[in-house]
This record gives sequence, C-alpha cells and structure tokens, in this order.
Amino acid sequence: MQTLDEIVASAPIFAELHQDDLLTIAGCSRTAQFAEGEYVFREGQQADVFYLLRRGAVALETFAPGRGPLRLATVHEGEILGWSWLFAPYRWHFDARALESTRAVAFDGECLRGKCDEDHDLGYELMQRFAQIMVSRLQATRFQLLDVYGNGRG
Amino acid sequence: MDVLDHRNLDSLLQALRERGYRLAGPTVKEGAIVYEEIFGAADLPTGWTDEQDGGHYRLLRRDDEALFGYAVGPQSWKRNLHPPVIRTLTTRRNGKTGEIQVVTEPVDESAERWAFIGVRSCDLHAIAKLDRVFLGGRFVNPAYEARRGNIFVVAVNCGVAGGTCFCVSMDTGPRATFGYDIALTEVLDGEPHFLVEAATEGGREVVATLETRQASADEIEAGEQVVERTAESMGRRLETEGLPGLLAASREHPRWDEVADRCLTCGNCTMVCPTCFCTTVEDVTDLGGEEAERWQKWDSCFTLDFTNLHGGGVRVSPRSRYRQWLTHKLGTWHDQFGESGCVGCGRCITWCPVGIDITEEAEAIRADA
Amino acid sequence: MLRRLRETADTWTLELEPPRQGFEFAPGQFTMLYAFGAGEVPISISGDPARPERLVHTVRAVGPTTRAICSARRGESLVVRGPFGSTWPVEAAEGGDLVVVAGGIGLAPLRPVLYAALARREAFTRIVLLYGARMPDQLLYTAELERLRTQGIEIFLTVDQADEQWRGAVGVVTTLIPRARLDPGRTVAFVCGPEIMMRFTSSSLVQAGIAPERLHVSLERNMKCALGHCGRCQFGPHYICGDGAVFDYPAVEHLLTVPEL
Repeated sequence: MQTLDEIVASAPIFAELHQDDLLTIAGCSRTAQFAEGEYVFREGQQADVFYLLRRGAVALETFAPGRGPLRLATVHEGEILGWSWLFAPYRWHFDARALESTRAVAFDGECLRGKCDEDHDLGYELMQRFAQIMVSRLQATRFQLLDVYGNGRG
Repeated sequence: MDVLDHRNLDSLLQALRERGYRLAGPTVKEGAIVYEEIFGAADLPTGWTDEQDGGHYRLLRRDDEALFGYAVGPQSWKRNLHPPVIRTLTTRRNGKTGEIQVVTEPVDESAERWAFIGVRSCDLHAIAKLDRVFLGGRFVNPAYEARRGNIFVVAVNCGVAGGTCFCVSMDTGPRATFGYDIALTEVLDGEPHFLVEAATEGGREVVATLETRQASADEIEAGEQVVERTAESMGRRLETEGLPGLLAASREHPRWDEVADRCLTCGNCTMVCPTCFCTTVEDVTDLGGEEAERWQKWDSCFTLDFTNLHGGGVRVSPRSRYRQWLTHKLGTWHDQFGESGCVGCGRCITWCPVGIDITEEAEAIRADA
Repeated sequence: MLRRLRETADTWTLELEPPRQGFEFAPGQFTMLYAFGAGEVPISISGDPARPERLVHTVRAVGPTTRAICSARRGESLVVRGPFGSTWPVEAAEGGDLVVVAGGIGLAPLRPVLYAALARREAFTRIVLLYGARMPDQLLYTAELERLRTQGIEIFLTVDQADEQWRGAVGVVTTLIPRARLDPGRTVAFVCGPEIMMRFTSSSLVQAGIAPERLHVSLERNMKCALGHCGRCQFGPHYICGDGAVFDYPAVEHLLTVPEL
C-alpha cells in the first residue's frame, strides 16, 4: 500500500520535479473514493481540487433538457481529472460522475494555487504540465468533432 | 542499308498486304493526319505537312510529293494496341439455379494481323512504355499482349520536326533505334528515294522481295543529315535533369494554381498522349438480367471521379488533377516504371484547347523551386 | 454465399464457399467482389487465413454495388477475383508486442491479423487491440472480441459518442494509447481506419516513442482493375492495389499530408 508521498513521486505528471516540490504537492493531497454513479463534481461548482485516478473510471457529462446526460469523454486510471482549479473563475464546466467504484488522490487546488503564487518556479512547472494535458485533450476533442466514421464518409 | 525508289513505296505496302497484314498508317481525314486503315501509298498524306503550336494544328500543302513530310497527329498507336472500348468479359446467370458463369473475352490470336506504317521514334518509345505497363508489371494484360504480338512495324525516321516536338530532350528520337521490323528514311534531295533498313527476320524477308539496291556511303550520309536537321529544329525543349525529385518536392508549388486557372480539365492531353493508359470499367446487364458484360474504356485522371473514396472524388480541384497528370507523366512514372512517361511527341501541347505547354510548366516549377 | 451476419446497421459479414479447395490469402489482402450486373469493388478479407475453406468479407453498404453484395442470399453466387495487395507483416512483431489500432470498419482488414497472431500466441509477449467506433452499435464483432479477450488479446474499446447503455470509455481511439501502457521499443503497430484517424493515430504512436518503421497502415482508394492497369488507385508513386494497401508508415507519411494527392 503506497503512501501519498510515494504515489505523488511516481505519478508521470509530477515527473522530474524537485523533491521539495513533490513534498509540497503531497502535502496538499488526500485520498478519495467514489461509488459507482456518484458525482465527483458538478457543473458550476467551485473548482478547488483535481484528481489523479488510481482505480476506476469517471465520465465527463453535461445535461441537456430533453436529452438527458450527454457523455463527452471518460477519464481512466493514471489520468488527471480537472484543470479548472488553475484558471479563474475556478468553476467546473462539466459534471463528473464515477462509472464504477473509483479511488483517487485528490489535490487541494486552493492550497496549491497559494503555493504557486509564492513560488513561481513551482507555478511554472505545474502550468507546463497541465498545459500539456489540455493540449492532448484539445486535439483529441477536435478529432472527435470531425466525426470521421459518420455517414460512410471519411 | 538499301535504297528504294520513292515511287516504289507502294510495293512495300502491297508486299505486306500479300502476307495477310492489314495496314494502319497516316492518312488525311477531317483536316488532320490520323492513323487509319490504308490500302496503299495513294492513301498516304502525299505533299502535306502540319503546322503545330500550343493549341494549334493546321495542315498545309508542301511544294513536293513527300509521303512522310509531317510530324504526328492527334492519334497514336495506343488506339490499336489498347483500344478505347473493349469488352473484357461476359457473365451469365442462370435464372433458375442462380449459377454464374464467367466467360473471359477470347483474344483471337490469328484473326488480326496489323502492319503499322510510318511509326515515328517517339511512338516506338511510347509503345515500349505501354509494354512496361501492361506486360512488365505484377499482372499481364492478355488482350494487350495478344494485339502486341501480332504487329509488323514500319518505322520512319522523321524528316520534319513538329512545332511542339521535343523528342531530343527526352532521348526518344528523331532516329528510330529499336522496336521496328523495317525503318525508312525519306530523302527528298536529288532523286527522291527511301533508305530502307531491315532489323528483323520478318523485315529482311519482306525487303528481299522489293526492287532495291545497296545504298552508297554518300546516300547513307545524306540520310543521316536529314535526321540531323530534324534533331536541330525541335519545336520545344525540356530539361529533364532531376525532374522526378523536383516534382516530388513541389506539390505545393504556386504554379499549380496558375495553370489551374487555364486548364479546362477537358482531358484532351490524356486522350492524345501515346502513353496515357488509364481506363474505367463499366458493367452492363441485359434487360432479362441473365447476361452482364464488363466493358473497359479509356478514362482520364482529369475526370472528377477518377480517383475516389466512398463515391467522393479525391482530386476535386482542377489544380490537383493537373498536378496529378504532370507529376505522374514526368515524375512518379519513374518510381513506377523506371523511366519517364513522356516521349516528347508534343501532342498534349498541340491539342490542348488553351495551349498549356508541359515543357513550359515544368520549366516554371524548376525556375521557382 | 453461405452465411450472412449483420454486424451493424449498414455492415454485414459474408461467408463464401470457394469452388476449389480453398482460397489462400495473407492478412491485409483484399479481393474484387462482383455482384452480378452491379459492378465490382475491392473488399478486405476479414477471415482466418488458417481456414481457407471459408472466404470471409465484412462489407459496408454505402453504394449500389456494396448494397447489392450485402443483400446476397444464401446459395447465391458472387464472383471473386484475387487475392490482391500487400500484407500486414505480422512476423515483424514476433518476440515483442503486437499492437493493432482500428477505427470503425478498419477492424475488418485487421481481424485476420488477430487470428494469425493467436495461432502463434507464444511468439508475442503482448497482443493488444485498441478499437474505436462512432457509437456503441457500430462496434464490429463485439461478441467475438470478448472471446478473443479470453484467448490472450488485451482489448481496449472506446466510442466517440456514447448511448444510454454504454458503460465504457468515451473519446477518440488515440486516447486509448496511453492507457495501453505500451513499451515503444517492443511495439510493432498496425493501424487501419478512416484516413484522418490513421493520421492522428500514427502521429500519436510516433509521439509515444514508437519508431515510424515499426508502424504500418492500410490505405484505401477505389479500384477498377486491382492489376495496376487502370491507374485509378495511384497515391503519389504508389499503386494501392499492388504496392499497398498495407504500407509501412515512412513510405506514405509525407504523402498523407498532401491534400488531394
């Protein structure tokens, strides 16, 4: 059973960070678990946390009247869920709901934002890593938008 | 090398007919010199020449009785070897049992024996290139193979360079160097005559029956000079050095947009080009639904649905289609067949309604690479 | 035509009985299928190369010819020419990890690879299938994939758009790549699907550290002859009917980004 320090130290998103930074980040973390169907966060709520999923899967959804919940994407083991903690207005843009019993490490976003304000080097490192995640997600989303399999074309 | 009196050319043609060959050769029709069935020297374009330039072709009278005093016309020998429309197979379905029987179109080896009269060097190279496509690849085209095996070739070394010719640039003429049974050089200075060279058993056998005499060293020299003069008066020039690599690196060159503004994508160039070989296939059924035929027809990379995916064209813009034609002819043909696809006959330049010049386009891309 | 299985709303798998002893083919090859009076189209062979007594094709009905083929009844005959084309180099993955990435009907020409690899399971450390489709009801061979999973293939599925019942991953097939935790040095990858999907996927695989020479794609163009004589399937210098449909990625990488090539 790994400690939070060990989990943080071995997570790919925190690779090559200084020991001090890793301790700082681990200091802002705690474990979290969600039952199948339970909401991890809701659209519009304050976004002060992000998650590193350890086991299970979470779906990002939005609700359209008459159409019910629309699932946009899913996040899985080893992946990061949530970047709205880094950017004002610090609010979630979608719902996140556990697809199955899920365990995660939750990071206190407000606490980490404070630490980044004090230590810009740490802020730069985290900004870079989250930007990388967002770029990948954006490209995947654009690809998704192309609907390449649709209607016998593509 | 022998000499045949100018007035006796017909004896060569008749000798071939006596051996059971039908003759295909140049003749004047509807204002152009085309390759059709002929029956003697009287059908040849005696005393005619052609004036060719970008989008321009006119027949003019010469002031002599030359039988081959012109360059090439809109047709090439691919029409005989790779006909525009042929049936390739017939499928029959038994209405009751649903059983299907496929019958490949039989190619009657013995039926048609053709002698091609007046084949120019550029066209000999073109035939060799078609041989590479249809006989030298993974699969052999049996219809082409059968037609190809039956021909007798009487080549002519050009005494006139066409206004759009550039065989010298492509190293495909004006002297015929292979692929013929008999080669003729028409010499009009002094006493008009033909220098006759037989290159095969069949050629020698036919020449032996004609009234010829040995050519003198001077006569041979005079013949060389006729061809020399032709080589020196080419209408166009194409720099071929590094062309395939240049074209491969120029797929986004602005010149393609420029030529696209002029190109009508009419496909004339592909029809008159002696090496363009692309085809389409059509399946037609009879009314009873019991017999279906597959027909192969000439097609062109300029047609919108030539290359497509799920029914949608891949090359939609005229720009992309012109680019495909030129980069294939002068570039990727090398990757596919180890040589250029162009023989410098100039037909595409002459018969383009807007006079697009392949040598000029290649030069423009090179200049600005 | 012996058996016809409906895979999705517009896709069927047809099992044909060859008239002679068997129809030998290698994974990646295709045939020209002819429906009487309705024309001929290239269709990838989607069956098991070790079982030549059944010739299997998965066909999507998108036009008059494919619709005619898909409506063939038991006992009806279809005319087949082939096999044609280049093959997936399955042997190149031996001793390492074989990764197959498919999009939509792109799984059809890759299914023979899975069969061939399973027949020599011990030659590969991992056999991985990453498969994405537009929606759950457009995933092919779903029941069979579960069976293949028990035989030693790791299978990751995803859809672009979920429906109410879907409990699996949602997102494009490239999102499966990091989840598969591939070892780039040991991986040989085969990719097939719509051209955009193959470009995105190849780019992601290369970014994940897989050498371009270890990546193979299967391209598509309409064909009339499949003999290299009609000229229609040209892609730059290549004839897809003979030089392809399977290409190693370096041979086509620069061509895939030229619009309207």
